[in-house]
Amino acid sequence: MDSFWLAAKTAFELVVSMDADLAEIVLLSLRVSLSAVLIATAIALPFGAAVALSRFPGRRALIVLLNAAMGLPPVIVGLVVYLLLSRAGPLGSAGLLFTPTAMIIAQTILVLPIIAALTRQTISDLYEEYDEQLRSLGAGPLQMIGTLLWDGRFRLTTGVLAGFGRAIAEVGAVLIVGGNILHSTRVMTTTIALETNKGNLAMALGLGLILITIAASINAAVMLIGDAADRRYG
Amino acid sequence: MPPIVATAEITAERAATDRSDGTATEHPLLPLVVDGLTYRAGNQLLMDQVSFRIETDLRTVILGPNGAGKSVLLRLLHGLLQPTGGRIAWNGASPDVVKRRQAMVLQRPILLRRSVAANIDHALRLRKIPRPSRAELIRDALAVAGLSELASRSARTLSGGEQQRLSIARAWVLRPDVLLLDEPTSNLDPSATIIVETMIRAVQGTGTKIIMTTHDIGQARRLADDIMFLHRGGLLEHAPATEFFHGPRDRVAARFLEGILPA
Repeated sequence: MDSFWLAAKTAFELVVSMDADLAEIVLLSLRVSLSAVLIATAIALPFGAAVALSRFPGRRALIVLLNAAMGLPPVIVGLVVYLLLSRAGPLGSAGLLFTPTAMIIAQTILVLPIIAALTRQTISDLYEEYDEQLRSLGAGPLQMIGTLLWDGRFRLTTGVLAGFGRAIAEVGAVLIVGGNILHSTRVMTTTIALETNKGNLAMALGLGLILITIAASINAAVMLIGDAADRRYG
Repeated sequence: MPPIVATAEITAERAATDRSDGTATEHPLLPLVVDGLTYRAGNQLLMDQVSFRIETDLRTVILGPNGAGKSVLLRLLHGLLQPTGGRIAWNGASPDVVKRRQAMVLQRPILLRRSVAANIDHALRLRKIPRPSRAELIRDALAVAGLSELASRSARTLSGGEQQRLSIARAWVLRPDVLLLDEPTSNLDPSATIIVETMIRAVQGTGTKIIMTTHDIGQARRLADDIMFLHRGGLLEHAPATEFFHGPRDRVAARFLEGILPA
């Protein structure tokens, strides 16, 4: 038990003093996951809305697939991206394997279905409510999508935050395609896994504290945004 | 709540320019000719061979008990539903062609999750009205609805009466040639009802043809110039209001007026 408290104390000092190595790792984590969520959001919002509004054969199947893809195992995504980017793979010539870019690609694939599926659900519900009114006002399909995305902005924000929570906390995908290389592709989760194996509990715990704080803040933000939206917009 | 001060002025002004002698003038979407209109949903016949002709630009009220097909008829006239049979011609044009020259107020107001003013702004933006002209139109519309002081409030937090007024203001700001209203006061208390009825009169005063539904006989008496009595998807009587309320020719309509709901 003593070693635990010692580790916790050192961890706390590392965080408070903003240790250079630790800061680098935290910043890379944020850069990778925020980029991935940004890219995924830019694709998933219009895509989810378009699926919600359109009717075509195979739409049901696509929605089932999308919902199922919310639970993609990170290691599988990592493996697939690894195969695509490895020297022998179809995209091998780009030389992206074991770079932050590869990690961003993997996490984008991981969170895109989450944001798209939540967008599809949110926009479908709103569409049912607004459809007649918007048609009566003479809205075209693009105007409808714009209106629905804006009116669903609070619920959509929580979907995006859920995607970010998933990205920042996953270890499997970034470990496989990033390789956990010091000063290059080492992020919070991969460091925690590595340092724990090495027995360097202080560093692992320090990062753990930061990760928990970020994850908890996201969940709090999701709740607060939902409450504020309910109070203001019903 | 300030009961519509600006309305009277606007009404008087428009009436003076648009309808100087008080008789029906040339209306761009009239006459409305409906012939053999039928609407079927699944195996339910909701509208059965309805034919009529509306020439007057005064207020037409579609009266009938719940389930008569009043809402379906309005939606068909507006092009929100496609008829399974028959024809609708607004001065020769189909509803799809003239939808943008009409506006409709749905029974339950569907307001956007934005401020009161932003709801009206949205309707104007959909019609591609340039930003500089929008501000004044919004101000006028809010004044007509008596909602000027609530402009920045979230539309969803308004009372039922305020929501319905906003919904009418949003329709009216588009300056439609025809305004369709589906049971505009069915969820309102008497005082809110009177305000909404005053607004409807004001809108009609600006040259907009009103077609509305109600199951409220009192409201029909107060507002109707022209009555259509609908029952079970069929049009049983279409007559000037004075004539209809003096003594309807149709037996079911007569019983409805006596307060005996036709079974």
